[in-house]
Amino acid sequence: MKPAEQNMAPVSRLYAFLLMFLLCSVALVARAVNLQIVDTEFLQDQGEARYLREVVVPTRRGNILDRNGEPLAVSTPVDSVWVNPKMLLQAPEDILPLADVLGVDADEIERRLTQRSTREFVWLRRRLHPDVAAQVESLRLQGVFLQKEYRRFYPAGEVTSHVIGFTNIDDIGQEGLELAYNDWLQGKPGLKRIIRDRLGRTVEHVEMVRESEPGHDLSLTIDRRLQYLAYRELKRTVLKHGARSGSVVLLDVKTGEVLAMVNQPSYNPNHANIDSEGLRNRAITDVFEPGSVMKPFAVASALETGRWTPTTPIDTTPGRINISGHTISDHHNYGPIDVTRLITKSSNVAATKIALDLEPGHMWDTYDRFGFGDVTGTGFPGESAGVLRNHRRWRRVEQATLSYGYGISVTVLQLAEAFAALADEGRLRRPSLVMGAANPPASILDSRIALQVAAMLETVTGPEGTGKKARIDNYRVSGKTGTSRKASASGYASRYIASFAGFAPSSDPQIVGVVVINDPSGEEYYGGLVAAPLFSEVMGGALRLLNVPPDNYEGMTVKAGQPLPGGGR
Amino acid sequence: MRRLIPGWIQWPQLDVPLLLGLLLLMAFGLVVLYSASGENLDVVYRQGIRLGVGLLVMLALSQVPPHILRIWTPWLYAVGVVLLLATWFAGVGRGAERWLDLGLFRFQPSEIMKLAVPMMLAWYLHPRRLPPEPVVLVVSCVILVVPAVLIARQPDLGTALLVAISGGFALFLSGLQWRVILGMAGIAVAAAPALWMVMHEYQRNRVRTFLDPESDPLGSGWNIIQSKIAVGSGGLTGKGWLHGTQSRLEFIPERHTDFILAVLSEELGLIGVILLFSVYLFIVGRGLYVASLARTTYARLLAGSLSLTFFVYVLVNAGMVSGLLPVVGVPLPLISYGGTSIVTLLAGFGILMSIYGHRNFIR
Repeated sequence: MKPAEQNMAPVSRLYAFLLMFLLCSVALVARAVNLQIVDTEFLQDQGEARYLREVVVPTRRGNILDRNGEPLAVSTPVDSVWVNPKMLLQAPEDILPLADVLGVDADEIERRLTQRSTREFVWLRRRLHPDVAAQVESLRLQGVFLQKEYRRFYPAGEVTSHVIGFTNIDDIGQEGLELAYNDWLQGKPGLKRIIRDRLGRTVEHVEMVRESEPGHDLSLTIDRRLQYLAYRELKRTVLKHGARSGSVVLLDVKTGEVLAMVNQPSYNPNHANIDSEGLRNRAITDVFEPGSVMKPFAVASALETGRWTPTTPIDTTPGRINISGHTISDHHNYGPIDVTRLITKSSNVAATKIALDLEPGHMWDTYDRFGFGDVTGTGFPGESAGVLRNHRRWRRVEQATLSYGYGISVTVLQLAEAFAALADEGRLRRPSLVMGAANPPASILDSRIALQVAAMLETVTGPEGTGKKARIDNYRVSGKTGTSRKASASGYASRYIASFAGFAPSSDPQIVGVVVINDPSGEEYYGGLVAAPLFSEVMGGALRLLNVPPDNYEGMTVKAGQPLPGGGR
Repeated sequence: MRRLIPGWIQWPQLDVPLLLGLLLLMAFGLVVLYSASGENLDVVYRQGIRLGVGLLVMLALSQVPPHILRIWTPWLYAVGVVLLLATWFAGVGRGAERWLDLGLFRFQPSEIMKLAVPMMLAWYLHPRRLPPEPVVLVVSCVILVVPAVLIARQPDLGTALLVAISGGFALFLSGLQWRVILGMAGIAVAAAPALWMVMHEYQRNRVRTFLDPESDPLGSGWNIIQSKIAVGSGGLTGKGWLHGTQSRLEFIPERHTDFILAVLSEELGLIGVILLFSVYLFIVGRGLYVASLARTTYARLLAGSLSLTFFVYVLVNAGMVSGLLPVVGVPLPLISYGGTSIVTLLAGFGILMSIYGHRNFIR
């Protein structure tokens, strides 16, 4: 044998290593069995937990429609972009094109993401323009995702904003009917199971866990045409008189449905910046001392006693009266008048004399029946009840001032509700904003008395009345003017609230309207001068839009055999 | 007959069973790679090119008789050390100075060392008395440690350890007494804390993560956890080729390179894993058989060392994927995508085939 042969490395070592490696292989196979047979179920669940995700399917919020089905609030699908900061920050060069598309500063994005780098979800920009969303999509960046959402749009903008309110960025009602009927409008978002890859991209839809339920539509009693009309005229009047604010409410006399409800100042709910001054639906949330528009209710209370009739004489000479050291005066000395002329001329002295003849309890009861001091029950957020103090605590002078609308505070809607009861022969209906609400009338006043008061109210627009400017061509109008001094910390200031409340057509009242102008800054501040013309414009337009026949319809029709008016042979 | 079968037919010195085993493994690998790359034919094509180049190198080397290889050995080793030193000054690459840019192509000098270190030890031990005497042992250790240290400071601890292990195999196969082997193992264990000291922070983190992957499941523990989930969710029969959810959805990190075994396990299940291991075991077994046939110390030490090192790759990669070992960047040999390692490995098999083909030649 050769030396090399003698000196060979032993084959036994090869066998030793072979044995060792076989043992290692057995260990590895045992490991594989352990993972793949024993733990497989647990590890499969773990795997599923990593790629199966349940995600919310957004659902459409119900539309809000006017009484004729015209849209007042609609939801349209839009895309919002969100990012996973961890993933996007891995490729910071991606931020620049993204910022370009979104029109945002790239450094700003980077700073925001760095601050939130431990989070996995950060909204970058909500509710993109469809073009922008398409561009973001086409960039195909890692860690940038689009989420479908619904954006609320209000076609009528500031005209209906107070009634409807608005939703926040998460589509939840924040104000107005959007808030009051949020549950009804909202619908139920669905849930679906999807497969996502590591980068969060949706690979496959597995199944629908829960179908989404779209929100219900909400039909309002508002008539968009009347709403526009009322808003336009109110805004014009408020601007013309430099007033601080104002409200107009129109009710359907026969149903109590709110046909229009507008306020100034207002806001555009389609824009994010909303200042608090314009936010309130003043017609419902704000109270004021109504002044002389309350006189019909004092008179109604008096007529109920039977001691007073429309023709009962009252001497107002010398145009003022002293009660417990307080002087109550009229604008002029109206001399001896009757109850009807009390309304026509708006005599505080006469109203005082009537009030002091009444039982405080009875007078309170009459006001209470008309709904003063009580919420109207529309369910509108922030509705105010007004203040009608209990009669046991009335002082004499207070009972007197209550007859002409001081010492009581009401909302515009309350006044409209109460005037609707006068217009409809003493039947009071709760006002409603939403269609389908049952408004059973409650008889709160003898119909004969209601008709008597209504007749008195018509004299207000008559030749000697304070509300001549509330007249409407071809229609007879009943109503009452009001001019109240605003209470301030130091007593009553020389600032006023001008109002007019009334209804038409007088022969068969269909619509009741209340107009309130707060703090007109010009020379004119009387209700008859500031509020009545606005009432005339709005009510006149409303009557024509709703095709309400004029009172003297018979007289207007051309009878056979008669010459045509203004023409002919 | 002799005329009908010309002499050159015998000329390619091939180990047909080994070749078949390798081809089976490569085919298996390409099929898995197609799925692991997300059905990217381009990736499969480039891998095929690499395998083809590797096969050519293998065939070329298999024709070189072992005694010629033995003559080249010191030069190869020297060149490898010089190139490793060159990476000190001229290394390119991100962070780790592993790559040497040679103008036409870039390669890792450490790949040469995977072959050169066992070759050099076999060359050195070949004329010596076996089992090696203490002086020989010390020189052997120097031959082994110098390149290992140079590679480790690149830093590429995984390759350094593998190079050291392949050299170690050559030493152990030379008939080193078991007490010496155990003693050296004891020294290695005792040196572990020292190793910890010189490790880079990211390397320490890998070890920490290995010991407790749940401590940072979204960060450094992610690989291990996702890999275990993928392997385990395969079950007995797997989810089917192209149907592994964890790999398809890219939850498996490095799914077509270091962690390709996780994809295979998920899609082909335990059966696929056992099949793969059978092929590996066959190849290693064949390699050790070739070693046992070898008639010279050089050939036997080299054949044994190359076969065993090949299997160490498999064990380390499988251990890493199944969470038994820390994550070290060791690819699954001939299956994982990319790298010069394919060419190196097939060059090693070329040497094995040469040893087999020239087993009756003694020079």
